[in-house]
Amino acid sequence: MAAGSSELKGEIGPAESDEIIAQAMTWRNEGKGVAIATVVSTWGSSPRGIGSQLVVNSEGSFLGSVSGGCIEGAVITEALDAISDGQPRLLDFGVSDTQAWEVGLTCGGKVEVFVERVGE
Amino acid sequence: MRSHTLEQLAEHAKARESHARVVRISDGNEAVIYNERIDGNLEAPSSVIEAARDAIRQDHSALITDNNQRYFIHVHNPPRRMIVIGAVHITQPLAQMASLAGFDITVVDPRGAFATVERFPGVTLMDDWPDDAMAKIAPDSRTAVVTLSHDPKIDDPALAAALRSKAFYIGALGGRNSHGKRLNRLKDLGFNDETLARINGPVGLDLGGRAPAEIACAILAEAIQHLYKGSKG
Repeated sequence: MAAGSSELKGEIGPAESDEIIAQAMTWRNEGKGVAIATVVSTWGSSPRGIGSQLVVNSEGSFLGSVSGGCIEGAVITEALDAISDGQPRLLDFGVSDTQAWEVGLTCGGKVEVFVERVGE
Repeated sequence: MRSHTLEQLAEHAKARESHARVVRISDGNEAVIYNERIDGNLEAPSSVIEAARDAIRQDHSALITDNNQRYFIHVHNPPRRMIVIGAVHITQPLAQMASLAGFDITVVDPRGAFATVERFPGVTLMDDWPDDAMAKIAPDSRTAVVTLSHDPKIDDPALAAALRSKAFYIGALGGRNSHGKRLNRLKDLGFNDETLARINGPVGLDLGGRAPAEIACAILAEAIQHLYKGSKG
């Protein structure tokens, strides 16, 4: 698990796309900022497949997963930034990347995660 | 993602409508691609739209590069379904496990005492005769059909309907003897050996377990194997 994961307020699990969309709707209707992170490519042994999603609100609550739990902390941080600035971003995690070791993707995989704000 | 798109995706999830959301990585502009129409603020090249429609057919999301632009195609197909004939003991853990694995479950049993809400909380129940039920459900290539009632009057018509459909998995509970008799009855209805080979009997992967939950696990495992690897396993 990533350092600081104890601060995460959510449940990492294989929530399906429909649940992610429903949760995004609920939070948006409550007036919260919302971002969705999606696994768009994988290489090697990555625990969650292409299309796996994580939805985050502006208070840091989240639902879903984009890995076995190892990069969620970093993804949520970026998602909160995306909620603030509205810019979509593509995150790259892999074993060749020192930062990936820091966030704990030690399973030998590589994963790209697209993070975008749910907008107006 | 625009709010309008979010609302659309939520609606289509309810309506079981196949579609793909295409998002351009560089700016987040997006389009929702259907088989016959397109919606969104992304003017996607026709090659990308074609790739999206192909991805829907293959049920496979993908990141593609077109003209130096990267696009993520996210396929949303309706959930796979499992139709279980016979609201018996094995059906209870099977309904729970298959539901966890992402199947929409329908349990069919014309014997009203079996298919009760108490025994199957949260499961879609039908007390129609299997031929009527199967006509209503219309199994497609994202549907698995499993017969567990042990009663030929109930199981056989469901198997016949499943064999006439594109169901990706057909399983029938029963030992080798009763499966042999079942195949003979279905032959009398006009099915040939090649078609009958689609029925997995005795049902389930050979895990060795005998308890209802263990058999349910073997059946679900075999259905998932067919989903991803076809009948060859």
